[in-house]
Amino acid sequence: MHFKANVHAKLSDVVLQGNLKNAKGKFVTRRAEAIRDLDDFEGTRDAAAAIRNKVIDNMDLWLETFERKALDTGAKVLWAKDGVEVCRLVIEIAKRHGVTKVTKSKSMLSEEAGLNHALEAAGIQPVETDLGEYILQVDNNEPPSHIIAPAVHKSLDEVADLFHKVHGTPRKTDIPALTREAREVLRAHFLSAEMGLSGGNFLVAETGSVALVTNEGNGRMVTTMPKVHVVITGIEKVIPTLEDLSTLMRLLPRSATGQSISNYFSILTGVKKPEEHDGPEHLYFVLVDSGRADVVGSDFHAMLRCIRCGACMNHCPVYQTIGGHAYGWVYPGPMGSVLTPLYAGLENSIDLPHAATLCNQCGIVCPVKIPLPDLLRKLREKQTEHGLRPLTERIGLRLWAWVAQHPKLYALGARVGARYLKWLAGDTDRIRLLPTAPEWTLGRDFPAPQGKTFRELYAARRSATPRT
Amino acid sequence: MPTARVGLFVTCLVDLMRPRIGFATLKLLEDAGCEVVVPDTQTCCGQPAWNSGDAPGAVALAKKTIAEFEGFDYIVAPSGSCADQIRTEYPGLFADEPNWRDRATALASRTYELTDFLVTVLKVDSVPGDYEGTVTYHDSCTGVRSLGIKEQPRALLAKLKGVSLNEMNGCEECCGFGGTFSVKFGEVSAAIAERKCDNILASGAKAVVAGDLGCLLNIEGKLRRMGDETTQVLHVAEVLAGQDNPPGPLSRKGGDGSSPTGSAPGVRGPLWGGPAAGGA
Repeated sequence: MHFKANVHAKLSDVVLQGNLKNAKGKFVTRRAEAIRDLDDFEGTRDAAAAIRNKVIDNMDLWLETFERKALDTGAKVLWAKDGVEVCRLVIEIAKRHGVTKVTKSKSMLSEEAGLNHALEAAGIQPVETDLGEYILQVDNNEPPSHIIAPAVHKSLDEVADLFHKVHGTPRKTDIPALTREAREVLRAHFLSAEMGLSGGNFLVAETGSVALVTNEGNGRMVTTMPKVHVVITGIEKVIPTLEDLSTLMRLLPRSATGQSISNYFSILTGVKKPEEHDGPEHLYFVLVDSGRADVVGSDFHAMLRCIRCGACMNHCPVYQTIGGHAYGWVYPGPMGSVLTPLYAGLENSIDLPHAATLCNQCGIVCPVKIPLPDLLRKLREKQTEHGLRPLTERIGLRLWAWVAQHPKLYALGARVGARYLKWLAGDTDRIRLLPTAPEWTLGRDFPAPQGKTFRELYAARRSATPRT
Repeated sequence: MPTARVGLFVTCLVDLMRPRIGFATLKLLEDAGCEVVVPDTQTCCGQPAWNSGDAPGAVALAKKTIAEFEGFDYIVAPSGSCADQIRTEYPGLFADEPNWRDRATALASRTYELTDFLVTVLKVDSVPGDYEGTVTYHDSCTGVRSLGIKEQPRALLAKLKGVSLNEMNGCEECCGFGGTFSVKFGEVSAAIAERKCDNILASGAKAVVAGDLGCLLNIEGKLRRMGDETTQVLHVAEVLAGQDNPPGPLSRKGGDGSSPTGSAPGVRGPLWGGPAAGGA
């Protein structure tokens, strides 16, 4: 997760920069309009946060309730400790049912687990059917750069070239025509796959159902046509009731894509009953921990409220500037900068908690009120506590804080600093290269100081105009 | 109301980089009838330590600041960022020290960002400035999103007859400064600043005005690197106090903004230097 090393390349990628600019405009404007149309956004946020808190405060209880209800509907519930177990369980299910091809609706947990790779190694063909995920899969399994718009970093031209190459068809740049082409390829897979695999936006404890929020209809094909349906999702996705689901659904599509409701919204319960015509004969839930249980009760507890809308990254000035790939793992943007250290290790993501201006745009758009900047700051603290920050930085900070506790020394330091900076600027009003902080002057000047400190000037003024 | 005794928290950036803003703040508060005291042992509120993961450093500096300022009726800072550190973060620093937590909470409730204080507490009718021209206002992140500072500076600028406000697109979007972020991830920081500067330039304003010096240093640095030599970059206190037209750089003579009567009339030059102080 070499965030910093990735940044330079992303900033100089002209095509990416254009795509990011385009995406930013759409996401931000549409969400703002959708939120404006919602009665009592703040009240709904409070209610949504309360629902999520209720679950994560007693997660074992709600998971047991969900499991009981799901079993009643004829589903099977399996528990996975980590990504390795996810892959093992899914491959076992596939082998049990003689599966050679799996159609997939979008699942970020499958990305966490590296499931596609594992399936291929086991001789089972995974086929991504979400258009964005499909584009990435046929482009050498490129990873997604966004949790709801996985191929948002690609331009129309790039997709046109890609389809021309992998489909062997004449190059087209008309979006409906490109979509039709993908649909034609995918249709055959939908009809021939023996197993469908989906994520789950929510698990409803009172009914044992999974709720799916999609826009392309592929989710329905994947979850109803094959004889086996496997749901892979994190243990934190459980919610108590359908009533709670309706509250959360007022916020999720609006926050994610600016839609009042997504094109497709499915609540799937149980296996096909004898009198029913469609639906899977076998339904499995693979409920995944992968670090989540450790977050319960920790300083980062609130992060488990996340409903994966992507609003935080859409509104993040850093994400908007570099895109999702620079973050180096499955989850980008502010939520990713919190989740990656928690799930993939603090020591494996040294830059991420610092890769934010703490502007709190993420915090105010978050539909479940996760205090993302506070969590990023807390991660920085953990890094320092564990000695993971560079030694020079740690010494520098401690030295600065020590000096700031000694006013005379600090005043002297400020006097010297102001004069040094003034000297660097010479006769001009700016410093072109700042030796003490060269990163600053990579892309901008550093304005020259006045040359004396406020403290000095104020003392001079006080002695010139004595007061009573 | 009886004369308010105000402790001026100058902020470490103003102290180091731009004392003029400190004097402008002083003038605004005194003109509004406050008795202003500047504790001379003040240094930094501790936010850089807090945001960098050095909690013990942040706690030590918070204690120092609380002890220096808790005797005043109000604490005022020409910065939303520093005011927020005291107002929002300080009480949470002392989870295990109830005595300090109470003192922090008491201080927090009396701490204000400058424009918020002038509008919300003092309810000033007029301000001494005399700026003429179109300005655009950059809402700094902590000010607008944590302290709710949005209308306050605009209401004050509206009291200046010669000023018209031309809002830029994305005025509430981050300028990319982010404290240590600006030196840890300089390239990203500068790229974010470029979007902000594009919006500033597109507004056609003669000056961009904001309430936080960190943002202003970032914005001015980026504007100048982009080749813009004319847009003024001003702290709202300078505009409101009428100290936005410094006569010349300190190294030549005077004009440090420390004169109790305000600045002498002079040529409006580039902000950080003298009249047309040479570019690179």
